[in-house]
Amino acid sequence: MSDEGKPAVEMVDVQIDGEWHQFPKGTRMIEACRQVGKEVPHYCYHPKLTSPGNCRMCLVEMGMPPRPRPGEDPPEKDENGHLPISWIPRPVIACANTVAPNMGIRTDSDLTHACRQGVMELLLINHPLDCPICDQAGECRLQEFSVEHGNGGSRFREQKVKKPKNVDIGPRIRLDDERCIMCSRCIRFTDEVADDPVLGFTDRGSHTVLTVHPGQQLANNYSLNTVDICPVGALTSNDFRFQMRVWFLKEDKSICTSCGRGCNITIGSREDEVYRLTPRENNEVNSAWMCDHGRLNFHYLNSEMRLTDPLVRGAEGHETVAWGDAIQAAADALGRCEANEIALIASGRLTNEELFMARRLASVMKTEFVDIVPRSGEADDYLLAADRNPNTNGAKLVLGLDEPGQALKDIREGMAQGRIKALVVLQENLIDDAGFTAEELGKLDFILHTYPLANPTAETADVVLPGAAFSEKRGSMINLTGRLQRLNRATDGPGQTREVWEIVRDLIQALGGGNGIYLIEDVFKQMAGEIAEFEGLTLSKIGDLGVPLLETDEKIPLLERERERVAKGIIVG
Amino acid sequence: MAAIKYLAGKEPHPNEHRMIFRNVDREGWDPSIDTYLGEGGYEQLKKAVAMEPQAITDEVKKAGVRGRGGAGFPAGVKWGFIPPNNTKPVYLICNADESEPGTFKDRYIIHQDPHQLIEGMAIACFAVGAKLAYIYIREEFPEGAAILEKAIAEAHEKGFLGKGICGSDFDLEIYVHRGAGAYICGEETGLIESLEGKRPYPRIKPPYFPAAMGLYLCPTIVNNVETLCHVKHILDMGGEEYAKLGTPNNTGTRILCVSGDVQKPGYFEVQVGKVTLGEVINDMCGGLKPGRKIQAVIPGGSSAKVLRGDETFKIKKGGEDVELKLEDIPMDFDTLAACGSMAGSGGVIVIDDSRSISWVLNNINAFYAHESCGQCTPCREGSLWMKKITDRVVAGKAAPSDIDTLDAVARNIDGRTICAFGEACSWPTESFIQKFRDELVASTNPDLDEAIVNPETELAAAHLAR
Repeated sequence: MSDEGKPAVEMVDVQIDGEWHQFPKGTRMIEACRQVGKEVPHYCYHPKLTSPGNCRMCLVEMGMPPRPRPGEDPPEKDENGHLPISWIPRPVIACANTVAPNMGIRTDSDLTHACRQGVMELLLINHPLDCPICDQAGECRLQEFSVEHGNGGSRFREQKVKKPKNVDIGPRIRLDDERCIMCSRCIRFTDEVADDPVLGFTDRGSHTVLTVHPGQQLANNYSLNTVDICPVGALTSNDFRFQMRVWFLKEDKSICTSCGRGCNITIGSREDEVYRLTPRENNEVNSAWMCDHGRLNFHYLNSEMRLTDPLVRGAEGHETVAWGDAIQAAADALGRCEANEIALIASGRLTNEELFMARRLASVMKTEFVDIVPRSGEADDYLLAADRNPNTNGAKLVLGLDEPGQALKDIREGMAQGRIKALVVLQENLIDDAGFTAEELGKLDFILHTYPLANPTAETADVVLPGAAFSEKRGSMINLTGRLQRLNRATDGPGQTREVWEIVRDLIQALGGGNGIYLIEDVFKQMAGEIAEFEGLTLSKIGDLGVPLLETDEKIPLLERERERVAKGIIVG
Repeated sequence: MAAIKYLAGKEPHPNEHRMIFRNVDREGWDPSIDTYLGEGGYEQLKKAVAMEPQAITDEVKKAGVRGRGGAGFPAGVKWGFIPPNNTKPVYLICNADESEPGTFKDRYIIHQDPHQLIEGMAIACFAVGAKLAYIYIREEFPEGAAILEKAIAEAHEKGFLGKGICGSDFDLEIYVHRGAGAYICGEETGLIESLEGKRPYPRIKPPYFPAAMGLYLCPTIVNNVETLCHVKHILDMGGEEYAKLGTPNNTGTRILCVSGDVQKPGYFEVQVGKVTLGEVINDMCGGLKPGRKIQAVIPGGSSAKVLRGDETFKIKKGGEDVELKLEDIPMDFDTLAACGSMAGSGGVIVIDDSRSISWVLNNINAFYAHESCGQCTPCREGSLWMKKITDRVVAGKAAPSDIDTLDAVARNIDGRTICAFGEACSWPTESFIQKFRDELVASTNPDLDEAIVNPETELAAAHLAR
């Protein structure tokens, strides 16, 4: 981004652990330390939320130049222009305080270590220490900082405070008040980001409990973010709890495909089974959050209804065949059709690479009937978009569609009139999701259908192929703001599942054209050669956070508000 | 003026200097505005609205009056912290949450002389440019709240509140707000949060210094009841004249609230630094109970560090080294600070040799464990831990090593919390251990070192042994 037109930011000299650095004025001490590799441990501080300074874990030693008394000479600068620092005996919190000219910070001093050790001891005295049965174990800040800064033993000989356990505070979240360290992150998130301030503290002192307001539930579509930001095991996800130890999870960076926002995510999987999706920070897309709808929309990946083998209709119904035979059967049937006798119905859930291969296929099949199935729902005022296809912009660009879904009517008319004799349906369930009937599909000579799950459309198809779902493929998509983002493969699909670009590549080849495509990179390369917008890009150049590709006037409500708070200095961002 | 007569048995001690408490326990006095006006009431407000606001602040600065709520910060200096380029509304809050154990002065002002407070507040509001002021009164003072409501209505009727006060263009409304029944509501930023309708969690400073970002993030001056009353008298006498009361840097009068093991506990308004602790205890309070000795004194409310009865204090006074016995300590801010404690809220708690020190400390710890707001870790967890340890000391179930743990817990709180409650709850423990370690250790049992002492760990140990 260009910095032109912005007022020059004043830089201040700050000494951190003996070394001088420069930071923009207004930088929080904790961020300044982080930037130079001095991580300051913290619980309550979260850059996307206000800073209450309540955990006291980020206490550091701080100093400023001595103030001369009246009549005293001002302190002298050293050869580098720095004043001496007079250290303040009282530690300060690094999270809410900003750097100042000639400030000194010690993250590694005796006082700082004593503070951290003291806070750790105090946080643990009433904590149940039930790590063996706690879901947070393995990604728990109490565990991590206890190892780094704790005592190792406990001097606490009293009875611990008893608090409510296994509290039902909403449909997707469970609360254990004994594990809670009262950092208030969840309270602040629901208040400041989700605008649903249903959480709060009751009672006082050591007996303080986090609770949901009487008659209220933590049920908003962003509720599970509180589980992510809970530094301990107080809030756990009903969906994920007790399913898998987090240290067994393989983590892959990808994007959510449940709407056009393209929230950046981490897929947590083990042995080809997906256990959870968690948001991954991207300040151009989803900040650090994602909606519950998208987060939980992955269980179909592990479903028993997954298609596992290529199927071809025979005398006894669908029969399992080898990939080559299935492709050949499809090529034979499609090869018999004249121009425009085949319609290609692709999907807004396909990657650009898959769409590009579909476009090739359409041209090999000589058909003008190409479309995708639009999919919409209600947008909320946060992240969830009305367009529930993750790659509508990709479909528009790659397939050259002006208005996705517009051609579906013509295709159905053509089917009814017998002009269209065959359908290639890539990753769409036409009967359930596009209003097609089994009857009208039954009239066709031939249907090729790829899909991850068994479904009514597959029942009508002649060749049914198991197509990979979002966690099982690599490729790129363009979100509603026009950002090109990358999916990475986290799992292998069940059985003989293949990615759609591979299926289509093989089909094109069987229809008579070699195409020199072996890897997904080859697809991208050819796409970049044909479609100007992709010029100069490769999958690896997209990076983990994506690149802006198209100009759109789409605004992300949640981000707009976040930027306002950043501009006001309320949050770091 | 005829000599003031006081109710029989409630006459002030001759060494007192009644100014704020002039009308407390006075014969024929009632809290109505007519009575107040009959004695020159609201004359200072009339004078004030004809002055430049800055001139009033200057007088208060000259008077050097220090806050009577506990911290002892100069009131005039505090007023001067409102940013000069401020464009937001300014608020004034009277802190009437009098909740420091051992303190019981503000309630008498409110109950018996509410117009003195209202006049003081009105003058202060004029000086700092506030058009809206609140009296945040302790929940447990329902009668005081009713009296203030009535007094405010009377003042309104007579044109001392409302629009165009005393013919000037100064407008002011004062509202009474009943507190939320917690010690922490007396901490000024906790009070502000409570006034805003939230839990009284104190705010972090920086950035939330009330004079710049207080109530509704507008500049806000929070003063104690007694402090605000002094404003009226400063205007009456002039700052310089007022400053002659008391001792340099410890000017004016203040009300000492004496409780504990004395013959005649009560309130005594004295010139700051002009009476010694010994005079307070032995003359004003009629001495100790028969045959008793002073074991300890907490000189400024329960959070002040304890002083030992047989201690001597080596301090510097006027550049000279002096040695003071406990009884010789003049009751002023600076000397008490030099002696390692504080004048605080004026609550003097006398503890004689009939008391068990561990019981006293446990009593204080129980208060702080109950009152910790729970916002920040050290105080939330530490205050209850300290109470649980002293519970065991009192019950004879503690080992000597527990006293060391107790000390370490207090030091893990002190200076590491959001608000001064951290010091308030850790100083008693730190100072009791520093000064009465032998007494505390005497209450413990060396055989219990490392012993399992509570049912929870007993159960756990039994389980492990199986």
